[in-house]
Amino acid sequence: MTEERHIFSVLVENRFGVLARIAGLFSGRGFNIDSLNVAETDDPAVSHMTIVTHGDAQIIEQIYKHLNKLIDVIKVIDLTLENHVEREIVLIKVHAEPQRRGEILQIVEIFRAHTVDVGPDSLIIEVTGDEGKLKAAIDLLRPYGIQELVRTGKIAIMRGVTR
Amino acid sequence: MELSGAKILIESLKHEGVEYIFGVNGGAAMPIFDALYDHPDVKLIMMRHEQGASHAADGYARATGKVGVTLATSGPGATNLVTGIATAFMDSIPMVAITGQVFTHLMGNDAFQECDVIGVTRPVCKHSYLIKSGDEVAEVVAEAFHIASTGRPGPVVVDFAKDAQIHESLFRYPEKVNIRSYKPKVDGHPRQIAKAVELIHNAERPIIYAGGGVTLANASEELRELATKTGIPITVTLMGLGAFPETHPLAMEMPGMHGSCCANYAFTDSDLVIAVGARFDDRVTGDLTKFASRAKKIHIDIDASCIGKNVPVDVPIVGDAKRVLTEMNRLVHRVDIEPWMRQINEWKEQYPFEYQQKGDKIMPQYVIEQIYDLYSDAIVVGDVGQHQMWAAQYFKFTEPRQWLNSGGLGTMGFSLPAAIGAQIGCPDQTVVNINGDGSYIMTIQELVPAITMKLPLKIFIINNMYLGMVRQWQELFHQKRYAAVDYHDNPDFAQLAEAFGATGIRVERIEDVRPALEKAKGVDDGPVVIDFIVDEEENVFPMVPAGAGLGDVIRGLA
Repeated sequence: MTEERHIFSVLVENRFGVLARIAGLFSGRGFNIDSLNVAETDDPAVSHMTIVTHGDAQIIEQIYKHLNKLIDVIKVIDLTLENHVEREIVLIKVHAEPQRRGEILQIVEIFRAHTVDVGPDSLIIEVTGDEGKLKAAIDLLRPYGIQELVRTGKIAIMRGVTR
Repeated sequence: MELSGAKILIESLKHEGVEYIFGVNGGAAMPIFDALYDHPDVKLIMMRHEQGASHAADGYARATGKVGVTLATSGPGATNLVTGIATAFMDSIPMVAITGQVFTHLMGNDAFQECDVIGVTRPVCKHSYLIKSGDEVAEVVAEAFHIASTGRPGPVVVDFAKDAQIHESLFRYPEKVNIRSYKPKVDGHPRQIAKAVELIHNAERPIIYAGGGVTLANASEELRELATKTGIPITVTLMGLGAFPETHPLAMEMPGMHGSCCANYAFTDSDLVIAVGARFDDRVTGDLTKFASRAKKIHIDIDASCIGKNVPVDVPIVGDAKRVLTEMNRLVHRVDIEPWMRQINEWKEQYPFEYQQKGDKIMPQYVIEQIYDLYSDAIVVGDVGQHQMWAAQYFKFTEPRQWLNSGGLGTMGFSLPAAIGAQIGCPDQTVVNINGDGSYIMTIQELVPAITMKLPLKIFIINNMYLGMVRQWQELFHQKRYAAVDYHDNPDFAQLAEAFGATGIRVERIEDVRPALEKAKGVDDGPVVIDFIVDEEENVFPMVPAGAGLGDVIRGLA
């Protein structure tokens, strides 16, 4: 069976140990986590997780079922099957000698990115977007020398009416 | 009235109908034991090791269908419970395991007897709670019992900090439990049930494959109705034995690695497998690519994640076995499968469980046959190994909850403490413990509470002076290199039983087997231990070697 990437949107009780239960489920059963993002929702009693994973159809079904089985999990949606929007932020500390700053700032402009910090010979750039945009921005900045790179992992939300 | 957290715990347990707690005392649980000290309704059964306490609570739950409760202190007390919790988890046994925890201000400090119990038990329990304040206690207990006993049952761990045990607060027990994220689905989907019924009516070679889930759902009546109404032959797994009477003409006996040839051949040739509360375990299916490859599969299970996990399923039905079978029974009628039944009966006749008598040796199977003959109504608690398989093969179970064993985790040492729990839960029934020499000595210390409480347990040791099942594999697959299985240094278990204060009998000759079993019947003021010195190198057959298909069963050594 072919492997596919899936994005799960998981609503959980905002409680002690929930993250460990989710992480333990993936590690214990040999499922993969490509990225995991957790934060409070509008309701402080509820947290939202966006979990990006991959596997064949049978594994993805098992992941869905096992997530649902955890007592603290309120709702699981496989966003891959839904019309959704996904975003990720990356912070890139790029080597920037004064004479090359102009070129870098042009790239920042093109990607509608932001320069969030300026150092004597480096810039920190924030890029927001989907996977393709982030990859393109990183590829263009790489020749200047990326000193450090931090990503948030994906967050995603379904378009239209929430069921 | 304000009560300490420990007292609230015990009052909450009383609300849940708990009569017995199986435990071992220790520092971080002292306030709880103190609250139990003179409690009129909730009684403590003092075990000798926490593992024993957890298995006793488990055996109590298996025998009665109620939630078993075990209690231990923090750190080593709690880690000793882990095997028992994992055992219950693998077999979906409802249990609440309560552990003392160090004071909250010491937690995370590597305090004396501190252990992250929630962390240690996370993969082997259904859910867990940490109580850090006395006013959480009642709600946690109510939720813990609800979760342990509903849906697919399982153990719930409640870790209870010592200051929360002492802290006083108002006791009010919740009238209802409502966990928004936990709503087990109990009713099968009507369209799926209709599809299943259609498959059943059109099948030519159908079989029913029932597991422990039937017993857990108290659905053995409904299972009997399904089989007898349709006339479909049935195989019941090690965990489900007794859910359908093995003495019934439709019974094909246990499937799998040491199951009957009939059941295994029937899987291989069938065109429809109706799985009820069974999980297509590797010990049942053998090589998955060869497993029932010509059959459509209907799978009834309360746990959606069990369906499609090992075997692709044509008609999945998520729901409680009792409810789903009740619905199905309304719709099914007798199926015309006469040629198939002829084939099944031919296999049954041709390949019964059988063994060869070797000279004047006591054959282990003979001992089981004699036990069955004299104790056919007893609750039988088996341990893990060769004796377990012989008991499953040669004792014909007819009632659910009559056969208790650690099927999933395969925990050696389970049976003696579990037998204690079963006897506490069913005081009017005879409880027989069929044990092995290797497994018996793993929890032998629990003979002490059995003697103290004068429990009339019948402890029968099938003693072949080996870790017999491992030795069998070494004989067959490791060129008879008997590494680390020789138990000829076993003590004399009869003398040892006498030293503990029980009745001990050693049986070395065939003609003494039956008289000893008869004598054991008369011992009612405490446990009796019979050490049966059996043939050392007898093997369990039939056998489907690990990784082989069910059709490739070895019936015996030529």
